[in-house]
Amino acid sequence: MQLFPCPFCGDRDEREFHFAAEAGKSRPDTTGAVSDAEWATYLYAQRNDKGPVREVWVHLTCAELFVLERDSVTMAVLRATPLRQDPA
Amino acid sequence: MTSTYSAFSILREGLRGGRGWRQAWRSPDPKPAYDVILIGAGGHGLATAYYLAKRHGLRNVAVLDKGWLGGGNTGRNTTVIRSNYFYPESVALYDLSVRLYEGLSKELNYNVMFSQRGMLVMAHSEHEMEMAARHTNAMRLNGADAELLEADGVRKRAPLLNFSPQARYPIHGAVWQGRAGTGRHDAVAWGYARAADRLGVDILQNCEVTDLIVEAGRVTGVETTRGRIRAGVVGAAAAGHSSVIAGMAGQRLPLHSYALQAFVSEPLKPVIDTVAFSPAYGTYFSQSDKGGLVIGGGLDRVPSYGQRGNLPMQEAVLSGLIEMAPMLGKVKLLRHWAGIVDVTPDSSPLIGPAGIEGLYINCGWGTGGFKAIPAGGYLFAHLLAEGRHHEISRPFDPDRFAAGRLIDEGAAWGIAH
Repeated sequence: MQLFPCPFCGDRDEREFHFAAEAGKSRPDTTGAVSDAEWATYLYAQRNDKGPVREVWVHLTCAELFVLERDSVTMAVLRATPLRQDPA
Repeated sequence: MTSTYSAFSILREGLRGGRGWRQAWRSPDPKPAYDVILIGAGGHGLATAYYLAKRHGLRNVAVLDKGWLGGGNTGRNTTVIRSNYFYPESVALYDLSVRLYEGLSKELNYNVMFSQRGMLVMAHSEHEMEMAARHTNAMRLNGADAELLEADGVRKRAPLLNFSPQARYPIHGAVWQGRAGTGRHDAVAWGYARAADRLGVDILQNCEVTDLIVEAGRVTGVETTRGRIRAGVVGAAAAGHSSVIAGMAGQRLPLHSYALQAFVSEPLKPVIDTVAFSPAYGTYFSQSDKGGLVIGGGLDRVPSYGQRGNLPMQEAVLSGLIEMAPMLGKVKLLRHWAGIVDVTPDSSPLIGPAGIEGLYINCGWGTGGFKAIPAGGYLFAHLLAEGRHHEISRPFDPDRFAAGRLIDEGAAWGIAH
């Protein structure tokens, strides 16, 4: 059983977590025209990298989303950071 | 030299000490260029090469693999062959595969041990029975065989299952596909490899593709651990690593890679002679000719390229098995493994251009690539040779995502792949 770090709750059982999405995707700007291809790319195209990845995960029990950096081969956790930082 | 397999050749070779058998396939050195290079010597890559040579007369073909042929998911799956899908496009695709499997041992002169022992997909409530009736009707309308069984019919075919009304998921009935069954996965890879090799195809093992050569916006070859090889066209059939290959040409595919686990038990006396699948438990199993139970389930929980399973899914699949068939509770596992499978948003495969000229993909089969090997090879060969789709593969082109014409078997059948 692997432990994953929630930036809010600390290390918890892997079953409390789920992958949500690849980090760094931006929704197309809908104030202008958006082509079918642009929408499809945004919705469906994935980097699906082998090795270090940067992803949005959710800690199901506290319902917080956060950025998890991990290695998709070894499953080693590199870093977990909140999606939003508090203003300084 | 004996090159054809038959009862007579076995007898003759038996009498002369087996000295006349020739190697099943060559291990040639790479040529500087081929008309077609296929990446991945699994079932799909080898079948594609075979049909390119056999049906389209293209024999200057190489199949490359970073390891040995059939050493990935093709040699590590639960060997179920079936066409119990919902949409017409899917049944056309998977039933083509079942029909090709039915004639495959004869066509390849290699016994792939396709045993049409049938498959049960369990329904566990009145509502699931209504959905099961819908699936049965859809399959029959689409030309595949299907029968709706009540609990008694299920009991006749698989008496070891848990028919107690107190079961976590009591059995109300099942969708039965009698033409479904299991095959010998290694034999499928070896049979296609041997047949393709005889038609002149070079199978290059231990030849890892490290990069794609892109010139003037077109893929014109591959860099490998055995040197640079030029190609008229490159076809990738790399399953869970398809995104890695496409990424070499700057393309992103609608895929996530997951580990899929499977389990084999110690050999037992025969306890089940069909394939039993319960979507509610998330577990299915059959029994191999050696007596081992072959057990599978859904994907691991999160995307991964690590070729090993994780415990939560193992627990879910095996506890499901014990609920489905409590008499198996004390059976010991012999081994288990995980392969990396590539999953699309609509749980249907990708067959088509990869987004850059000269590169085509046959991937996205998710957890069900083995059953589709003959059809995947047949249709991919057509695409590579003719430069256009066969009508059966057309709906599975990656352009369906921009067009919004998804074939969502995940939603229709409630399956994970």
